[in-house]
Amino acid sequence: MLQTLLNTDSAAEAERIMTICNACRYCEGHCAVFPAMTKRLQFSPGELGYLANLCHNCGSCYHHCQYAEPHEFDVNVPKTMAELRLDTYEAAAWPAFLGRSFQNNGIWSAIITVVALIAFLGGAAVLIDPAVLFGAHGGNFYAVLSHNAMVAIFGVVALFVLAAIVIGMARFWRLIGAPPLREAGPRDIAIAIHDALTLKYMAGGSDLGCAYPEEAPSHLRRLFHQFTFWGFLLCFAATSVGTLYHYGFGWVAPYGYLSLPKILGTLGGLGLIIGPIGLVVLKRRAAGQPVQGAAGKQLDAAFLLLLFLTSLTGLALTALRDTPWLGSLLVVHLGVVLALFLAMPYGKMIHGFYRLLALVGFAMEQRRDAALFGRASDPARDSAASQATE
Amino acid sequence: MAPRGETAKSGFQEGVGETSFDVLVIGGGNAGLSAAIVAAEAGRSVCLLEGAPRAYRGGNSRHTRNLRAMHDAPTSVLTEAYGEAEYYEDLLRVTKGKTTEPLARLAIRESQESVAWLEAHGVRFQKALSGTLHLGRTNAFFLGGGKALVNALYRAAEALGVTVHYEAWVEEVRLDENLCRGVAARIGGTAVEFAARTAVFAAGGFQANIPWLKESWGAAADNFLIRGTPYNTGEVLKQLLDQGVAQVGDPQQCHAVAIDGRAPKFDGGICTRVDCVSLGIVVNAQGARFYDEGEDFWPKRYAIWGRLVAAQPQQVGHVLIDQKAIGLFMPPVFPAEQAETIEELAMKIGVDPRALAKTVADYNAAVRDGSFDHTELDDCHTEGLTPPKTHWARRLDRPPFYAYTLKPGITFTYLGVEVDETARVLMADGRPSANMFAAGEIMAGNVLGEGYLAGIGMTIGGVFGRIAGREAARRASNAA
Repeated sequence: MLQTLLNTDSAAEAERIMTICNACRYCEGHCAVFPAMTKRLQFSPGELGYLANLCHNCGSCYHHCQYAEPHEFDVNVPKTMAELRLDTYEAAAWPAFLGRSFQNNGIWSAIITVVALIAFLGGAAVLIDPAVLFGAHGGNFYAVLSHNAMVAIFGVVALFVLAAIVIGMARFWRLIGAPPLREAGPRDIAIAIHDALTLKYMAGGSDLGCAYPEEAPSHLRRLFHQFTFWGFLLCFAATSVGTLYHYGFGWVAPYGYLSLPKILGTLGGLGLIIGPIGLVVLKRRAAGQPVQGAAGKQLDAAFLLLLFLTSLTGLALTALRDTPWLGSLLVVHLGVVLALFLAMPYGKMIHGFYRLLALVGFAMEQRRDAALFGRASDPARDSAASQATE
Repeated sequence: MAPRGETAKSGFQEGVGETSFDVLVIGGGNAGLSAAIVAAEAGRSVCLLEGAPRAYRGGNSRHTRNLRAMHDAPTSVLTEAYGEAEYYEDLLRVTKGKTTEPLARLAIRESQESVAWLEAHGVRFQKALSGTLHLGRTNAFFLGGGKALVNALYRAAEALGVTVHYEAWVEEVRLDENLCRGVAARIGGTAVEFAARTAVFAAGGFQANIPWLKESWGAAADNFLIRGTPYNTGEVLKQLLDQGVAQVGDPQQCHAVAIDGRAPKFDGGICTRVDCVSLGIVVNAQGARFYDEGEDFWPKRYAIWGRLVAAQPQQVGHVLIDQKAIGLFMPPVFPAEQAETIEELAMKIGVDPRALAKTVADYNAAVRDGSFDHTELDDCHTEGLTPPKTHWARRLDRPPFYAYTLKPGITFTYLGVEVDETARVLMADGRPSANMFAAGEIMAGNVLGEGYLAGIGMTIGGVFGRIAGREAARRASNAA
């Protein structure tokens, strides 16, 4: 049974802490974790994994906790949930042996990046005529690497990545003991998407923001996360529009600087410069805070760096596409993009997919005002917990 | 920094900094912080001495979750209306009339401003927590609880230039008749003499001082657990009372609830509560019942059970429920003892099995069936049993049976210093002090002679804190 994969030290600690929190409940207004918690009297590993993926590690509940260290209860929800979240990533990964990539994610990401770069650089050195590689092509990168070659390489990789993410999501859904997905209504899914896109729970439940990077409330992390997320989506949109132009209208790249794909890509690229830099700066400021478990540091930093490099090389390629640097920059950019693709199911990127599922579950539980997750049997037992009188 | 144009004469000590202030605030909980902020906003130089280290700052405020606020119309966080008359009647009922009407009405009226004032200083509110919906009309809940409030107020105070010292222990209050010259304190290991034009005392009650509790409770006090901060030892209160300040309140009166006996000696806070008393029966160490568990809704009765348990042998009570009660009350932090039979459960909690079995059998036989409804005063009760259980009485007949062992948990004591409507401290001879003010638990006994009304502690602290800050600033500027 998949859930047994979550019988980890982090799950045991999360159970200890949630039992304390459930008797206190002062943090109910901060995020989704606590309203989900109050629907339960006990916590199975699957339920804890579900709660962990509702947590943003925002720090509000830690800084407001009367039981935080040096209190003997030593309650630290964000840190514990961050560690357990990593366990859920590892347990849900497909193929399963690649789950280990989450343990030393910095090294794993570095290896992927180096391998991808070597593959592209080596391939270019062997397969592409140096005169073509180092020549000026008036921005036409298909002169260096044909459209079909790019589609072949990235199509295969994208299909694998897509499969890994979708199967990972299915495994995650079972891991957290969720009911069949068909029980989720359109409204549950709409609420979850809304809450994910607005990063609703990253505000700590306050108009002032969450306690990140330090105790004083701030919206900065939410802001930089939005730069990063929407930057990524705009780049994705740019590629999609380009594909539509190519196959739908027969308009072949390169496109002008004021064309739709270029505008989308440039704006997205800027988002992926501003966002990751902002998040890394905040992360450094937060490093001294006890909410930062050691667990997620490599994961976050590795993925932010890959996003940043993807954007940097892409913007450089756009800016210098009319010069003889075209070929070299194209090869480096494609190498970084390949690394980013391969890191998606085995790096920080996966958090978005699992969190969205957890939010769907949360919307389902809110609608029915009952605990639906984490246990196959006896769903009625805890349903009264939230109605209990003081 | 606050404007310092006409500040107190300067004093300075190496390693400590400035030692002379317009307003010296002793105690860094809700009351002291409110006073410090208001005085600093009035342009005074303010120093706040907090006895606890930074991690434990805020006194009992860090364990609170709401304040009771009067309002004539629904607000962003409070439903319907809660007027002065109803609020005052509630207070009269719980205190059995032991209150000072002008001060009580002042606290009630000024509580209308509390939510807005706190919001303006960075505190945020949330809707009533699950399990406390009955308080949604009368009580405003702090987002994140009392420690979030404390953090926000410290940030506001620091932004206004208030000097804050942690681990600053006041050893002597320098009184000259009815005039406070300053205090002798110890910060870490360093002795510091602070001088001040005015002083605000907000250092809490004496509930963490077991020897003092024993003066009125006897040896029983050894078995008390202290729900809040261990730093409220009452030394400042004692200094004032010993030097001619008027005393108010009965030393035995306090806010005390029955909490899980396994709670830490100090600082166990809210999560050590056991909320199933009205769903079961409570017996003492001899296995005998001693009070009507179903007298009224638990939120209206939880504050009497501390005293009830304190009066039992070894200051222990055991609450017994069966499977039917599971899921109907807030989950306790510690697991219950559990057994398939009453006798087995009795062995686990150290009560004579035959005595407990007889108590349960007598109770079960006396139960008259009704339609059980925990949300209203239902008709499930006992007949011919002493003491009776007047509501929610259901037989203990469905195993497994569960038991939680209870001990008295003291929240705060009511003995304090007497104040007037400007929060000014009164002397035992009836004169007002020239420059001393008090706020919070150290003077809550002026309003709370006995009993408790949920959330009124933070109301008293905030209202009298703001008044004390305003009056201390005014007095300091007159003295300049």
